[in-house]
Amino acid sequence: MVLGRTADGLFWMFRYLERSENTARLVGAGLRIALTRSRSGAEEWSSIISTVGATDAFLARHPGYEFDGVVDFMLRDRSNPTCVMSLIASARNNARAVRTALTSEVWEATNETWMLLRNALKAPVTHHSLPEVLSLIRKQSAYVRGALHGTMLRNEMFNFARLGTFLERADNTARILDVKYYVLLPSVVHVGAPIDNVQWETILRSVSAEHSYDWLNEGDPNPAGIAKFLLLDGRMPRSMAFCCGQILENLRYLESGRPDPAPSLDLAQELTDSLRGRDVKDVLDEGLHDFIQEIISRIGKLGAQIETDYRFHA
Amino acid sequence: MDKEGIPFDEMFMASGGIRRPYSDYHQWLEDQHARRLQQKSSEADALFRSVGVTFNVYGDKDADERLIPFDIVPRIISAAEWSKLTRGIEQRIRAINSFLHDIYHRQEIIRAGTLPAKLVTGNSAFLPQMIGVTPPGNVYTHIVGTDIIRTGESEFLVLEDNARTPSGVSYMLQNRETMLQMFPDLFSAVNVRPVSDYPRHLRRCLSDCPPERCEGRPVIGVLTPGIHNSAYFEHAFLADQMGAELLEGQDLRVADGRIAMRTIRGYVPVDVLYRRVDDDFLDPLNFRPDSLLGVAGILDVYRAGGVTLVNAPGTGVADDKAIYSYIPDIIRFYTGEAPLLGNVPTWRCSEPDHLAYALDNLSELVVKEIHGSGGYGMLVGPAASKQELAEFRQLLSSRPENYIAQPTMCLSTVPIFARSGLAPRHVDLRPFVLVSPDRIHISPGGLTRVALKEGSLVVNSSQGGGTKDTWVLED
Repeated sequence: MVLGRTADGLFWMFRYLERSENTARLVGAGLRIALTRSRSGAEEWSSIISTVGATDAFLARHPGYEFDGVVDFMLRDRSNPTCVMSLIASARNNARAVRTALTSEVWEATNETWMLLRNALKAPVTHHSLPEVLSLIRKQSAYVRGALHGTMLRNEMFNFARLGTFLERADNTARILDVKYYVLLPSVVHVGAPIDNVQWETILRSVSAEHSYDWLNEGDPNPAGIAKFLLLDGRMPRSMAFCCGQILENLRYLESGRPDPAPSLDLAQELTDSLRGRDVKDVLDEGLHDFIQEIISRIGKLGAQIETDYRFHA
Repeated sequence: MDKEGIPFDEMFMASGGIRRPYSDYHQWLEDQHARRLQQKSSEADALFRSVGVTFNVYGDKDADERLIPFDIVPRIISAAEWSKLTRGIEQRIRAINSFLHDIYHRQEIIRAGTLPAKLVTGNSAFLPQMIGVTPPGNVYTHIVGTDIIRTGESEFLVLEDNARTPSGVSYMLQNRETMLQMFPDLFSAVNVRPVSDYPRHLRRCLSDCPPERCEGRPVIGVLTPGIHNSAYFEHAFLADQMGAELLEGQDLRVADGRIAMRTIRGYVPVDVLYRRVDDDFLDPLNFRPDSLLGVAGILDVYRAGGVTLVNAPGTGVADDKAIYSYIPDIIRFYTGEAPLLGNVPTWRCSEPDHLAYALDNLSELVVKEIHGSGGYGMLVGPAASKQELAEFRQLLSSRPENYIAQPTMCLSTVPIFARSGLAPRHVDLRPFVLVSPDRIHISPGGLTRVALKEGSLVVNSSQGGGTKDTWVLED
């Protein structure tokens, strides 16, 4: 018997964890650009802030996009509810609230993550210490995920944890593409300017896929290839297609215990169908931006419908 | 108590010899290196933190989560001492349950003139809604934590009855777990009775009293005020260990005369609620209307046999400090026996001659609020400043009926492992008792609280107290 509040807590716990990991990855990708090309640093940082949807909040606190300000805002400024520290604290709070739904391994991994990061982010992060901090965040995320996979029963609680993870991941990947879509516009290529190597590398780096892309595509970066990889490639664990497949699978499992069909399953099916069999050339021709906006909106509706279908709230 | 104020030490005799229950442990201790123990002692802290055994301190915003310090030297009780204690506790708890039944029914104890009516009916913990109601199995206090102090070789006294929602049992379990992890060899050197079956006993105790409308195996839940409550860790821990639902008021509502919890598949009835929410907050329809922690209408469902509440509403009347002073009479009245465990002498300030005595001897007495707990709002005369004494003099004079006074008891000491080695500190003991219709189970040992500050007599965790693993030796 899973309480609605427990489903809610698990779903959001894993959304928060996933988002914190993605935020760290974005900062890592930004750092790379800032190090290699100081000229476009500010531009890169601003697109990162825009990816997490915090431009206004950021500019209200900082005059411009400087390393110190951005990193502080993204990692440890508690007035920003989506900074890594806030997200980890929220995830841990949720974990406490659903403590009985977690194995002690998952709880202790989450609690330890919070303790270690609280310590690591006590003081402002410098150029020097950033790589270490980012690596800690990555490792701890892997630790929590490992505990989840290694110790949790494959029951409905697990489904809600996974739904949170993949819904958040799909949303994050979509947002990364949305902010960077202009780099992939065919017109850019058509006018003869070669695609900006560093730019596309940043996109791949933001989803930890710079090597797997090369591996699958024999090192030939091109806009269509990258868009296809992130949207449609079912082998790539952060692609839209992969996330949708996982969402669908977990919703089907939950559906089997319901007397009536769940509207959320239909929404997930529609979302999956909107990607299936699509030719990436058509997507780019019709407009990548609109396509992604549509996906982001579908993801939002799906999340809300899951909360309703499974009685997250009274 | 020793007139000179030299406390009874449970490990060392005045001659320096080792008392029997500690002899095996002491032998083991002799073989340990001080540095290793020091290291283990700090390991224990890290262990507690990562498991998340923390508590929240009311009124302390900066440190929202704290550890209760754990001391690695166990408190040891012999089999004979323990069996004496348990007989006394059982007797006391049977009498308290008879008393609760009586005051909510015929009130014979008042008719007999043994207890003044105003102490019962004028008591804020007395619930008129419970008059004429018999709880399932006729059990009122399913879960009790009787606070015991020791003042000499064979002098054990009850300090408090805690018949509402005693906390601390998770520390009893976690302390043992920690000791087993740190010193596995110790437990082959000394035969200690296990406590790890407590959650099983608790579950059985809760299942033993299903409500009338329960069908089949009772569904059990722990009702918590939520993650901000100081004892939240314990609520989650017990629910987890029992395999019970951990519920908040927002998960519950009244449906078809039952209490139902909101699951992902709809509302499902709960049969037994181990509620860690005080009476006042339990039901905004019947008690405090501003409470967000309870369930509107739950008391009516309870009275109609739709749910079992553990402990029953209205048990607080048995453990306030004014009734406490009558417990020996209560035991005699309901059991016809002499009390096996004594009380600490208590002056009820509501009585003029008692008040006069208290005011005259304030600097030697401990003064407590009738409904106080957790070491808040109390005065320890010998340790108090002139100003605190003056404040309490004022409080006592203006609201005497709100206070009792007791002599400052010289609690026994057990050594702690301090930087400089073993050092005696004052302790008390809270055994945990489970009451079923046909039996009473007392976990061997309980929670030993220790005042870590040298000479201090206040053991409450909220006032800087720590805990120890508590051993009852096998016969």
